[in-house]
Amino acid sequence: MTLDQPKYKTTDEVDFVVIGSGAAGGILAKELSEDGFRVVVLEQGPYLTEKDFVHDEIKVLNQDLLTNHPELQPTTFRKTPQDKAKPQRALVYGRLVGGTSTHFTANFWRFHEIDFIERSKVGPIPGATLSDWPITYADLEPYYTKVEWEIGVSGLAGASPFDPPRSKPYPMPPLPVKSSGVIFERAARKLGWHPFPAPMAILSQPRAGRSACINCGFCLSFGCEVGAKSSSLATAIRMAEKTGRCEIRPNSYVHRIELDANGRATGAVYFDARRNVQRQKAKAVVVCANGAETPRLLLLSANKQFPDGLANSSGYVGKNLMLNSGGVTTAVFEEPLNDYKGFAVSRILHDFYELDPDKVGFHGGGGLDARFDMTPIGFALGSLPPGSPRWGKEFKEALSHNFTRTCEIFGHGTSLPVENNSFSLDPDLKDAWGLPALRLTYKDHPDDLKLTAWLNARSAELVEAAGAKKMWAPPVQEQQFAVHLLGTCRMGNDPKTSVINSDHRTHDVKNLFLCDGSSLVTSGRGQPTMTIEALAFRAADRITALAKRGDLPA
Amino acid sequence: MLAAATHARQAAQSTTPAKFEFFSAEQAAEVDAISARIIPTTDTPGAHEAGVVFFIDRALVTFAKDDQRMYAAGLPELQARTREMFPSIQRFSAATPEQQDQILQSLDEQSAAAAGGRRSRPAAAAQSFFETVRVHTIMGFLIDPDSDKRGNRDAVGWKVIGRDNEHMFQPPFGYYDKDYPGWQPNPPDADKTKS
Repeated sequence: MTLDQPKYKTTDEVDFVVIGSGAAGGILAKELSEDGFRVVVLEQGPYLTEKDFVHDEIKVLNQDLLTNHPELQPTTFRKTPQDKAKPQRALVYGRLVGGTSTHFTANFWRFHEIDFIERSKVGPIPGATLSDWPITYADLEPYYTKVEWEIGVSGLAGASPFDPPRSKPYPMPPLPVKSSGVIFERAARKLGWHPFPAPMAILSQPRAGRSACINCGFCLSFGCEVGAKSSSLATAIRMAEKTGRCEIRPNSYVHRIELDANGRATGAVYFDARRNVQRQKAKAVVVCANGAETPRLLLLSANKQFPDGLANSSGYVGKNLMLNSGGVTTAVFEEPLNDYKGFAVSRILHDFYELDPDKVGFHGGGGLDARFDMTPIGFALGSLPPGSPRWGKEFKEALSHNFTRTCEIFGHGTSLPVENNSFSLDPDLKDAWGLPALRLTYKDHPDDLKLTAWLNARSAELVEAAGAKKMWAPPVQEQQFAVHLLGTCRMGNDPKTSVINSDHRTHDVKNLFLCDGSSLVTSGRGQPTMTIEALAFRAADRITALAKRGDLPA
Repeated sequence: MLAAATHARQAAQSTTPAKFEFFSAEQAAEVDAISARIIPTTDTPGAHEAGVVFFIDRALVTFAKDDQRMYAAGLPELQARTREMFPSIQRFSAATPEQQDQILQSLDEQSAAAAGGRRSRPAAAAQSFFETVRVHTIMGFLIDPDSDKRGNRDAVGWKVIGRDNEHMFQPPFGYYDKDYPGWQPNPPDADKTKS
């Protein structure tokens, strides 16, 4: 925390209260405060910094140092609205300043043109509420570039023949190639595919006072102890603090947005660290709480005017959830890869980004990456070949042989939006603050499962071409655990089938804006964070323009 | 940063006297013996050399408090099973390694086989006594030795699996990238087919 932060009173009517400090919230806080507005960011999690980012797998993974805690905030799951949901851990997200961007893998793919216009190009698709975006790739392109340069993305422009047009190269060269990347690249070329260096939100060179990646090997699920991972914490939040107009208020769990008699949002009601109720007044409210907590907050904020949830006249709040599809193929090679060193991914390919439904028999598309994102305990508990001994001498031998020789091919693909797939309030289960728990309802669209199987088959071909000694993949299964949280307050021109307009303003409440994974209309082919951040830069421009022309209530 | 890591390592080691916070000396000997069959000492160090019993002892008064009862009930059952299978032997730790393996085999119900799952996080509370000790042993063998958990003493666990005890690496990392010639563009082809 810098000393430049102002301390606003809750009774001060600031210009904006931003709820959530992750990929989108961090950027909105930065942009709005740099534009001269007074901003309070309310973050439910703690304010941790680099010194807190240890490599202790138990503290970070088992004890949820950085993530939502299943005992404090329990969740439920069911497949369809006809089922009764059962308590189970249904999602994970970063619960700290910087949000999920603090612990993510940092794959930063841009969406392609097709992702914005798929409905008119290939739709309609039975069983899916597929819709075009109200904006196109061209509208978002300048903001993708902004993310790459202001937040920091490593990559190589022009390396993939499938890339959409770009206005500028990457600001930094790609990260070094890993052994998994070399294996992937050689095998993919043998098959006539087009591998290329993965665009990653991790610094390959020192930049803006931040260190380059030191290849520590504790990347996915861990915070970066040198600030090389381009999280909101390492980037946008610090820039926002430098303006002297932005206060980051951690341990502030917002559970209600209140309206005045004119139907305008007056600010946010939250539990502080001692669980006392506070009310932060603001001229406008921007919710960036992620694709699960944003709809939950709107549903928790139901009132007389909006009995089904704030800004929910469409009935779409929480609906059309997309998790992204994709499978994992694990392979063991003859020689040590030592892929435990470094970030997760160094090579990817997009040859299958747009598949022809007439040829493959389903809608959607995806990409492949080569990675190793396991840490030692997690590897020993779950990444030996199926049927391996679980203890004893042979277990130990398998561990010492495989840990350095294993890598994974991940498929990442579309999830088609399905109206019943949703986050909603569980009618029975409460969290530690007495608030209704999140309930996940999810059943993959059949095409998503076919796509996963199809991508798994490509991964198998690739691993075989690479000469792996062993390979395996779990059977394709319906998902019941959410990481990517997309589409639950989708953007659109029609207030009947969307929650926000293309300015991220809710159709129903004029000074209420939503921007995060919930805004997405389609899922892309995995890797949504880059698009969430580009949207946040664009939303800030739109909101600033509205405010400057007096179109926001004072 | 390296100095800090060294300091942390020394601090961790200095808190590793043969003093237990949860186990009695007798219990500790049994847990040490079990862990030494889960990850045995071979031509390389095993759970015993990694000080896994110290890790488990601290776990049971910190993050794994909920498992105290599992150990309190499981250890007497283990001894009962030992005497049942080998009437002349009073304690598990007094049995031969082969006998110990037979005893543990009988306890291992494979109950955790289903709990694998690539995407799931390690289960906080495992099903059976054996599975609990198995998971704790693996954790104690492979935890970051610089943590405050008293496990993976001298990073022997990491040495066994081939992980250098460093937190900063430079390429080349492994066999396949060591002679990588640098990025070459994909060969031009007219056939940029979409499947």
